[in-house]
Amino acid sequence: MPFGNTHNLVKLKFSSEQEFPDLSKHNNHMAKVLTPDLYERLRSKETPNGFTLDDVIQTGVDNPGHPFIMTVGAVAGDEETFEVFKELLDIVIQDRHGGYKPTDKHKTDLNADNLKGGDDLDPNYVLSSRVRTGRSIRGFCLPPHCSRGERRAVEKLSIEALDALTGDLKGKYYALKNMTEAEQQQLIDDHFLFDKPVSPLLLASGMARDWPDARGIWHNDNKTFLVWVNEEDHLRVISMQKGGNMKEVFTRFCTGLTKIESLFKERGRDFMWNDHLGYILTCPSNLGTGLRAGVHVKLPNMSKHAKFEEILKRLRLQKRGTGGVDTAAVGGVFDISNADRLGFSEVELVQMVVDGVKLLVEMEKKLEKGQPIDDLMPAQK
Amino acid sequence: MPFGNTHNNFKLNYTVDDEFPDLSKHNNHMAKVLTKELYGKMRDKQTPSGYTLDDVIQTGVDNPGHPFIMTVGCVAGDEESYEVFKDLLDPVISDRHGGYKPTDKHKTDLNFENLKGGDDLDPNYVLSSRVRTGRSLKGYTLPPHNSRGERRAIEKLSIEALTSLDGEFKGKYYPLKSMTDAEQEQLINDHFLFDKPVSPLLTCAGMARDWPDGRGIWHNDNKTFLVWVNEEDHLRVISMQKGGNMREVFRRFCVGLQKIEEIFKKHNHGFMWNEHLGYILTCPSNLGTGLRGGVHVKLPKLSTHPKFEEILTRLRLQKRGTGGVDTASVGGVFDISNADRLGSSEVEQVQLVVDGVKLMVEMEKKLEKGEAIDSMIPAQK
Repeated sequence: MPFGNTHNLVKLKFSSEQEFPDLSKHNNHMAKVLTPDLYERLRSKETPNGFTLDDVIQTGVDNPGHPFIMTVGAVAGDEETFEVFKELLDIVIQDRHGGYKPTDKHKTDLNADNLKGGDDLDPNYVLSSRVRTGRSIRGFCLPPHCSRGERRAVEKLSIEALDALTGDLKGKYYALKNMTEAEQQQLIDDHFLFDKPVSPLLLASGMARDWPDARGIWHNDNKTFLVWVNEEDHLRVISMQKGGNMKEVFTRFCTGLTKIESLFKERGRDFMWNDHLGYILTCPSNLGTGLRAGVHVKLPNMSKHAKFEEILKRLRLQKRGTGGVDTAAVGGVFDISNADRLGFSEVELVQMVVDGVKLLVEMEKKLEKGQPIDDLMPAQK
Repeated sequence: MPFGNTHNNFKLNYTVDDEFPDLSKHNNHMAKVLTKELYGKMRDKQTPSGYTLDDVIQTGVDNPGHPFIMTVGCVAGDEESYEVFKDLLDPVISDRHGGYKPTDKHKTDLNFENLKGGDDLDPNYVLSSRVRTGRSLKGYTLPPHNSRGERRAIEKLSIEALTSLDGEFKGKYYPLKSMTDAEQEQLINDHFLFDKPVSPLLTCAGMARDWPDGRGIWHNDNKTFLVWVNEEDHLRVISMQKGGNMREVFRRFCVGLQKIEEIFKKHNHGFMWNEHLGYILTCPSNLGTGLRGGVHVKLPKLSTHPKFEEILTRLRLQKRGTGGVDTASVGGVFDISNADRLGSSEVEQVQLVVDGVKLMVEMEKKLEKGEAIDSMIPAQK
């Protein structure tokens, strides 16, 4: 593929106009930002690992997007991508993350003690609680760009670190490529198994290369803490359980993450992080905390209320179907989670979910009794 | 993606063991040939445009193959791929093309007058006749590797060449990205339209990047001569018509091809060709003539005869369903075409089709009358 710098140099023989992608039918963040001028300025650059502008934007060129859903249309191939191509990515980040400026600072707070409440969401309504994030290991290229050697090194390091976890975090790693049928079935039943990406958004960026080499799933014996290795990011970390005790889910999340981070540090490896963008991940939409904290909650009356969307917006929450992103709600059960990723800390985002869901459940109960909810309407957070 | 030489050099920091792909579950020509040793020898090489070993083999790594169908598992990114990576590709070519040796010479013969007969295949049985091949323009890299600028230059040059044709070849170009609904409908009805590749064999090699930019279909007003631009190869050239006059189809094929070649030569972008591999195309399976000459023929009785496969093998022919490769036959109608591509000329291959189909139709007629065909079984060609 013409993504390396030799072919990048060959490409420079063609004018910027000849190489500039046709974005006339496109609706994604990259397409809205990338002008011929900007393309010309950035096209001769590359990161120290050889990731080029065309590498960054290929997924956005190949996937014109949807009139209703604004995809990002750009990915990072390594930590340096966000610096070398900042002229493009700073604006994409700004558009995607509510006006976040190149000079803004991001705050990280993984101290679960700072969360107020969150242990008493009504389990008659809140069916399950879950927090996920991603982490990248400094010194390795990201999934769109990494080689088999790098990917395997990430896997090896991850297995070492995870195998050192103890207590209620003690668990086991299941490599995708030599999973038994029985193991596979169990992981599917537990809703843990991830499969080879089929979304063209992911495939076009090269993340599925060499599948299933060095991909795997680790989870603790209790099945409440789960790590995906080498899917869309180096690591995806998930804490989950039935019911409404988000505090416990978040506590386990923070404890586990912090332990894993120190285990990597012991082995001379840090997570990619800086004080402007927070945790560095493959997709610009996941920068900052990379955190999505959510519940599956029964809101059959609330969801039909004329002000439902407005309320979610004010609470800085978003809804999804119970199948996750781009799915529909089933039986009045919604996935409600934080909308933000960057510019707020982990504690702040989970607090919004906890407080917001508590309020939504109160509203649901009122509506069940045929009472109005006008006096419960929140201000914009 | 880590296909460029910066990242290629970076990958050399990892050992051969670290980087060598896991081919244990694979069944394709590349996987049968590529040893760790060979990988170690070639992994630091690149073609002048920056195509590397990992680029060549990515599609074969990502697509383990099928126990019954032997795919090639590697592609060329430019003309030089076949030279720089000959230690891998020569054995792949030998396996795929019946023992073709690195020292063998390939003969090109596009003089249709050298074909004997072929104008009288019984139209009661032979429903349609078709000849296709591919061509690559010298000086540009191939679809797995080329940039938007290159692809557009190929398209521009192709439009110039094709629109200068007159007489029976006079026609029109339809770019994929600006086709009207009416044009699209017509092209589908004519069975001319090609769509974005969905086969992972092709998408993993990077051929579908920037779709539909630079892609299109040209055909003559008579709808008997058709050129695909920038699909799996720079050009795919097809001559076809209803009935059994293969001679006429081949005449038009040869004349049209040679007319087009003259024009490209004038622009210093003649076709990639050498005396060892013949016409250079993206997939090693299409080297030599790149020619598939075939008919749709009714053989309901012969196809159920126990010696059908044996007869085809001896005639150096292969069968496909009427939907093309990997489809089933419908109503006893088969697509019968030459099996060889490299090591015999265009005339020789079409002669095999003409003679072979003539014989099989005779056999079908005998079987219809309840007569035996044992005396007609051919010797191995």
